[in-house]
Amino acid sequence: MPALPRRPRVEILAERAIEVLIRLCGISAVLFVFGIFFFVFREGSHLLFHGFNFREFFFSPEWYPTSQSHVRYGALALIAGTASVTLLAMLLAVPFGIGTAVFISEFCGARTKETLKITIELLAAIPSVVWGFVGLTVMNKVIIQLFHTPIGLNVLNGGVILALMSVPIIVSIGEDALKAVPDSYREAAIALGVTRWQLIHRVLVPAARNGLLAAVLLGVGRAVGETMAVLMATGHAVKIPTSLLDSVRTLTATIAAELGEAAVHSDHYQVLFIIGILLFTITFAINLAADLIVRGVRRE
Amino acid sequence: MFQATRFTLRKRRYELLARAVFFLMTLLIVTPLILIVGYLVYQAWPILSLDFLFTNPRNGMRSGGIWSPLLGTIYLVVISLLVSTPIGVLAAISLNEYARESWITRVINLAVVNLAGVPSIVHALFGLGAFVLFAGLGKSILAASLTLAIMTLPVIIASTKEALASVPVPFREACWNVGATRWQTIRHVVLPNSVGGILTGVILQVSRAAGETAPIMFTGVVFYKAIKEGDPFAYGLFDQCMALSMHLFTISTQVPDVPKALPYGTAVVLLGAVLAVNALAILVRLRLRSRRKW
Amino acid sequence: MNPSTRRILASCLLALGLLASACSRSKGPNRTVIQDAGSDTMVNLAQAWAEEYAKVDPTVSVEVSGGGSGTGIAALSSGTVDIANCSRRFEPQEIEQARKNTGKAPREFMVGFDALAIYVNKNNPLNEITIGQLADIYAEGGKLTKWSELGVKLPDGSDEIIRISRQSNSGTYFYFREAILGKGRDFKLGSRDMQGSKDVVELVANTPSAIGYSGMGYNTPAVKQLRVSKKAGEPSYAPTVETTLNHTYPIARPLFMYTLGEPTGAVRKYLDWVNSETGQKIVLRSGYVPLPKTGN
Repeated sequence: MPALPRRPRVEILAERAIEVLIRLCGISAVLFVFGIFFFVFREGSHLLFHGFNFREFFFSPEWYPTSQSHVRYGALALIAGTASVTLLAMLLAVPFGIGTAVFISEFCGARTKETLKITIELLAAIPSVVWGFVGLTVMNKVIIQLFHTPIGLNVLNGGVILALMSVPIIVSIGEDALKAVPDSYREAAIALGVTRWQLIHRVLVPAARNGLLAAVLLGVGRAVGETMAVLMATGHAVKIPTSLLDSVRTLTATIAAELGEAAVHSDHYQVLFIIGILLFTITFAINLAADLIVRGVRRE
Repeated sequence: MFQATRFTLRKRRYELLARAVFFLMTLLIVTPLILIVGYLVYQAWPILSLDFLFTNPRNGMRSGGIWSPLLGTIYLVVISLLVSTPIGVLAAISLNEYARESWITRVINLAVVNLAGVPSIVHALFGLGAFVLFAGLGKSILAASLTLAIMTLPVIIASTKEALASVPVPFREACWNVGATRWQTIRHVVLPNSVGGILTGVILQVSRAAGETAPIMFTGVVFYKAIKEGDPFAYGLFDQCMALSMHLFTISTQVPDVPKALPYGTAVVLLGAVLAVNALAILVRLRLRSRRKW
Repeated sequence: MNPSTRRILASCLLALGLLASACSRSKGPNRTVIQDAGSDTMVNLAQAWAEEYAKVDPTVSVEVSGGGSGTGIAALSSGTVDIANCSRRFEPQEIEQARKNTGKAPREFMVGFDALAIYVNKNNPLNEITIGQLADIYAEGGKLTKWSELGVKLPDGSDEIIRISRQSNSGTYFYFREAILGKGRDFKLGSRDMQGSKDVVELVANTPSAIGYSGMGYNTPAVKQLRVSKKAGEPSYAPTVETTLNHTYPIARPLFMYTLGEPTGAVRKYLDWVNSETGQKIVLRSGYVPLPKTGN
């Protein structure tokens, strides 16, 4: 029997080379995540380990990074700013987001479902600077007219804009979670004669609660990490807000506003990178939690 | 005999009520989109024209058009996707076709999810630390594009993985049965069948890369740079550039006496481009789904 | 090679070719790039210069960024820009830092003046204010928080003084702190710290009970510039070109452009042009005060 034709040497080598490249790219994501953490950490590390005043950072609202006389890096007001805007955003986005997810999943025919999903996707695509612009112009005027405040750039403005930005994530992941509930649950409930509301409220939401929780967590992550929209819409005041109509400043906006001025490797520069580490840690923890929760669901 | 009982009637009322409530919630989410787009277009109407796209900002950026920022954004998007698409696709191939289910793959998946969730300002810090300073690229289009590439990578990986996974396993088995190697299978069967999904992911990231401001603000985009109108090669890789997103930010917050229509016009062009690109991705996805023979 | 692979390969080569030509274009002998960064107060002025200069010498492209005087100083000290726009002088430690990093000392060029104007809403009946009162409004520990304490009654009844300020990277912020609050004092927290000079004026225009400070050139019909006096009892002056040049307006400052060491070539030509009559006309047109013609 004649020998089978062999593949040319060159082709085999090329294939091996490509496979090496593929494996390298495979671990690239890990490399980049660690890279981000490494580089951000590196720029802030010197100060972090040599005399960084943790107590002042976390508990003092006095943020005076460029003072000639008394430099203070108290980030409490900034943390309060991020927390207040995120909290308001979630209070608005979660009920509406999950409500919309329920509507799309349970009350819609295929066609409406597709249209709504497309609309939500388009909502998600709006760039954050355009949202910021909307907050600066449209929402600003609306709030001034509705509440007769002098300025419409405040927690309320930022919170509403962030809510609109986070809703798409909550809707799409929430809808996935509801879709994942086995049809047998639905069929059993309907066989027992429940109304739609009881079906949703007593059966589906509890069954999908892990996925819904993950959706909410990812929405929070989005809100905490948002930069441009809050930079333009929250009014930049370093103070702990006492009302929805107070202006605040978030952690992200502080970095964006002050990074340019800080001389490379100065204390101020390093503190800003430390804020970056803080943000990265928060979003990492949120993503990790969401991933664990979803993984728990998949195992069931 | 089958007249509706009070129980059934009450049930139906609750059902309608529930439906109405949820419908209203959805409406409340969807209406802002339409209102915002409508208001922006209305305010921008006087200034929108083909001229607007192809003239440079003039007179202290108080009149003229958006040519230099538009070109800059195109450069940034194209270069960043040229970098992130091959890496992303190869990474997804690695995860979906070559890897065994082990702790390594779990870690990689976790890393991809986390990379997707990194705040844009942290991407900016990374780009500053890694590309501008450490790699010595200085503030340049190249540094800014690489920063954007890292930002768009995770979604490309995720959507490519989905596209690859949607190719049925029997396709691969058929190839292996005739003696093809893994790479040959991928190259001739799996990849061609998942091009649609990959394309969708890449197109979606075009809009993300075009819309982000923070990562490029500190790595290579400037307030103003004069370039020749109508010249598509006006920027060099190591130059800095203007960008639509940054331009919208500066003319709405830093340039005095800007006529109202100008920032609205910039916002509409940016938003319009982003929505158009997204709509394109959705169309591609729908068309491919209908063409699928399995 | 099957047709689809050929197509992909061709488009990749095409893309690489385009990139390569883009690269080579920038390094060619006909294009010089001057990087100019710094003061937000000066950013519109710098942009006007850059726009005009592109017509004067099309082979030179000036890249303008803002970020605050601190940004420009930081960038010049690391050698990453050619010119730093500053609305304040380099501090001695910043000069030292620059010398340490690059081996050259910063060279200062005065390019104009800016009067810092105090803005209130058009409907605010107040017309003048003293530096001491400004300090009491803005400084940490300052006691003035209501318009009635200044003897002013606003038409719409609101009384709380809403302080509009700038963010801490701004040279305007720095200058206000030094000139008005005095050395060693800091701003009171809780003011609305705006990103740019224009935001301050816009916010004051929309807010009846607000007060803010910004460059003289950012005036609009919707706001009023207060006359400022050094002390109570002394005459007060409005911010104009004349009062700035004859030093009667108490809060005016010079605007600078810094380079590393003596500038040469294209940068030198640009700076000379900025100081020429055409350049200074642009200063006036942008709302700032040009250098006096008799030279200083």
